[in-house]
Amino acid sequence: MPVKRVDKTPMPVREPSMRAHDFEEVNEGYCFSHAMFEAERCLRCQDPVCIDGCPVRVPIADFMHAVAAGDLPKAAELLRTANPLAAICGRVCPQEAQCEANCHMTKRFGPVAIGHLERYVSDWEMEQPLNDEVAKPRREEKIAIVGSGPSGLVCAGELARMGYVVTVFEALHAPGGVLRYGIPEFRLPNSILDWEIQSLERLGVEFVNNVIIGKTLKLEQLFGEMGYKAIFIGTGAGLPKFMGIPGESLNGVYSANEFLTRINLMQAFEFPQSETPLSVGKRVAVIGSGNTAMDAVRSALRLGAEKAMVVYRRSEKEMTARIEEYEHAIEEGVEFHWLTNPIEVLGEDGWVTGLKCLRMELGEPDESGRARPVPIEGSEFVFPVDNVVLSIGTRPNPLLHKATPELKTHSWGGLLVDERQVETTVHRVYAGGDAVTGAATVILAAGAGKRAAEAIHADLTSDREEAGKAAN
Amino acid sequence: MVKIVEKRPLTPITRLYRVYAPLIAKAAKAGQFVIVRVREGGERIPLTITDYDRESGLITIVVQEVGATTRRLGELQEGEEILDMVGPLGEAPEIPGGGHIVGVGGGYGSAALLCLMRELKERGENTTIIMGAREKSLLILADELNDICSHVEICTDDGSAGFKGFVTERLQQMIDGAPPGPPDFVIAIGPMPMMRAVEKTTRAAGIANTASLDPLMIDGTGMCGGCRVTVGGEVRFACVDGPFFDAHEVDFDEAVSRSKMYVKQEQKAAACQRSAAGAA
Ligand SMILES: Cc1cc2nc3c(=O)[nH]c(=O)nc-3n(C[C@H](O)[C@H](O)[C@H](O)COP(=O)(O)OP(=O)(O)OC[C@H]3O[C@@H](n4cnc5c(N)ncnc54)[C@H](O)[C@@H]3O)c2cc1C
Ligand SMILES: Cc1cc2nc3c(=O)[nH]c(=O)nc-3n(C[C@H](O)[C@H](O)[C@H](O)COP(=O)(O)OP(=O)(O)OC[C@H]3O[C@@H](n4cnc5c(N)ncnc54)[C@H](O)[C@@H]3O)c2cc1C
Ligand code: SF4
Ligand code: FES
Repeated sequence: MPVKRVDKTPMPVREPSMRAHDFEEVNEGYCFSHAMFEAERCLRCQDPVCIDGCPVRVPIADFMHAVAAGDLPKAAELLRTANPLAAICGRVCPQEAQCEANCHMTKRFGPVAIGHLERYVSDWEMEQPLNDEVAKPRREEKIAIVGSGPSGLVCAGELARMGYVVTVFEALHAPGGVLRYGIPEFRLPNSILDWEIQSLERLGVEFVNNVIIGKTLKLEQLFGEMGYKAIFIGTGAGLPKFMGIPGESLNGVYSANEFLTRINLMQAFEFPQSETPLSVGKRVAVIGSGNTAMDAVRSALRLGAEKAMVVYRRSEKEMTARIEEYEHAIEEGVEFHWLTNPIEVLGEDGWVTGLKCLRMELGEPDESGRARPVPIEGSEFVFPVDNVVLSIGTRPNPLLHKATPELKTHSWGGLLVDERQVETTVHRVYAGGDAVTGAATVILAAGAGKRAAEAIHADLTSDREEAGKAAN
Repeated sequence: MVKIVEKRPLTPITRLYRVYAPLIAKAAKAGQFVIVRVREGGERIPLTITDYDRESGLITIVVQEVGATTRRLGELQEGEEILDMVGPLGEAPEIPGGGHIVGVGGGYGSAALLCLMRELKERGENTTIIMGAREKSLLILADELNDICSHVEICTDDGSAGFKGFVTERLQQMIDGAPPGPPDFVIAIGPMPMMRAVEKTTRAAGIANTASLDPLMIDGTGMCGGCRVTVGGEVRFACVDGPFFDAHEVDFDEAVSRSKMYVKQEQKAAACQRSAAGAA
């Protein structure tokens, strides 16, 4: 087949004017011919460097080959072996900073659309008929997973495949972590997460919602009376930071987590049929520039805000959101105010009326190496707004390690792990994902879950051998 | 799913439920709470663990029907199940021993004081509960409380039982020396205006006072910050740092204002519920 030196096949998307008013998925997905055409763009490099950009080393070149040959079952198999959450990662990975950044086509024509193809193949896989047999564990050892975000889901799946008895404990009433309560359906429909969870259930994984480890059950109970042999902690970094500026507790001010949880987990967009309310006015300011900020500001538009804006103290260059979300936000009419630092939320009768800001300019680089934003003297001004949503970061939740003092953490709250990057300071308690790294990405959490599963298997195997020797 | 083993009315708008939740019963401490979701699409609401029995695995909750979710819960019958319940949440309050400990309860608050007061009695403390209601028929669990407190002081607005007047007036009399005597430590659980009035009274008399704040909550794990309250000038999350805080340090103005955030929506939800009930 001739290699096609043409531009990246664009993702079909819904009209901005339509999609900005509902929660249906924005990206429509490739059709078969798009996928074939795009896979043909892969140069079959002798030295495929794309794989080095992928935290879980999806064998991208082989995958492209399989797609181009129309062998979707093989493509799906390659993908799923390396990345159990491919349908999700195809949608939410920052490909432009990972696999696609390394692609040899990137400079001249734009990268091969690795993410879009990953999504295409996974979506195809989800449409295939399933056998609804539930696998039976082949081993006796029970393993407990704490938290059902991507790290917990992947760790559970890998261990179930190895034959262990796996239980996932989740604090909320529905599994998925940020994939459920954070990322909105217009980017990641719940049906996809549900499919992933059902696949795990078919592998024999048991999901127990409404259990908070550290509150409902302690780690020592899981080991003791409940007989678990190893525990994986994937509790994420869900604790929202506030800025500490005046007016943050006025009505109409939300953390992005609260705003998005009301929408995604509690379905506030269907109020009053669903009973959790949300108060969205005509003008909404979101502070921050990550994926969370984009999700919040675009959700505000969808809930009827006429003016939805992002306010960020650094410049566009320092924005941390996926590029696709930024572009989609602009198409949908989101305003961006860069180099603008909020210093006070103004209010009247307990309700937000404005956001007082300072204009900034870029100065010398700071500790992070990024240009430090410095205030411009006398540049104070006010955005009249009805809501302020704070999206300035999150920290690991201290709840579990407060209840388990042996579980040691960094001063910023991340769990300490061993040189293998998996085991915590408590024997046979492993951890991964945002709980260890601080807020990061789905694929890094997924990778950590996989690494922990391998370590758990290795450690329990050696425990078994030790026990065998001792018995002889 | 959590099964309702027993349900009984305490007043026309307050019901007591005993539900089978063995893990929660096993871990619960007096003063902690649960979050429940009654049905698919329903809100998550916090409710105090009024009592627990580790052996039978039952916990008791007492619910005052004030809006859509609490009424929806009231529609469930014995033998039926509550969709979701998670807990125990929050921290048990630290109550210094040795002195005269007075619990002040209004609304569901008297029930919420039940196992806390019993625990104090078991610790050998001298305890009094002051419970208030508009009228006699709205008093809850007076007999049960009578068994576990050294003294029970009943106040009704209309004088239909006990002292005629507000709980704070009775509290003031005790501070001034009326039997059973001045408190050394006060625990307030009830409607925000009541806790605030109690705080004012204890502050003037220089008496330590803890209050169980009841802001709106969602997750109850520290993930949303919706339950934030300002205490001693600092932002605290009531679901994980509370619900008990030093009442003298609480910014009640802010807490009251935040509790009214969704009044309009709550009315809409209640109307929607009524029209659905009418149609059925
Ligand atoms: C709004 C938003 C948008 C994002 N967008 C992207 C994106 O586009 N691309 C990307 O790669 N990344 C994105 N991220 C980041 C990504 O979602 C996270 O890095 C990832 O979900 C972390 O996974 P995790 O497994 O560590 O934990 P989480 O997903 O945080 O899940 C942790 C789970 O553990 C549960 N839990 C916590 N404590 C306990 C306990 N004690 N007992 C039981 N359960 C507990 C929590 O309820 C939660 O369900 C986004 C994050 C947010 C908030
Ligand atoms: C830690 C904690 C423990 C609690 N324990 C109990 C308990 O043991 N028994 C009990 O009956 N209630 C308790 N509550 C209060 C209970 O959670 C609310 O009454 C409930 O959320 C109301 O939901 P709703 O949908 O029925 O009413 P809504 O429609 O939400 O509200 C109806 C009316 O009730 C008022 N209201 C709403 N939330 C609260 C609140 N948190 N406190 C007081 N008034 C409120 C509203 O302003 C409105 O006027 C507790 C709250 C907290 C935070
Ligand atoms: S998992 Fe993410 S980084 Fe890896 S190939 Fe897929 S899209 Fe790229
Ligand atoms: S209820 Fe969400 S942080 Fe307290």
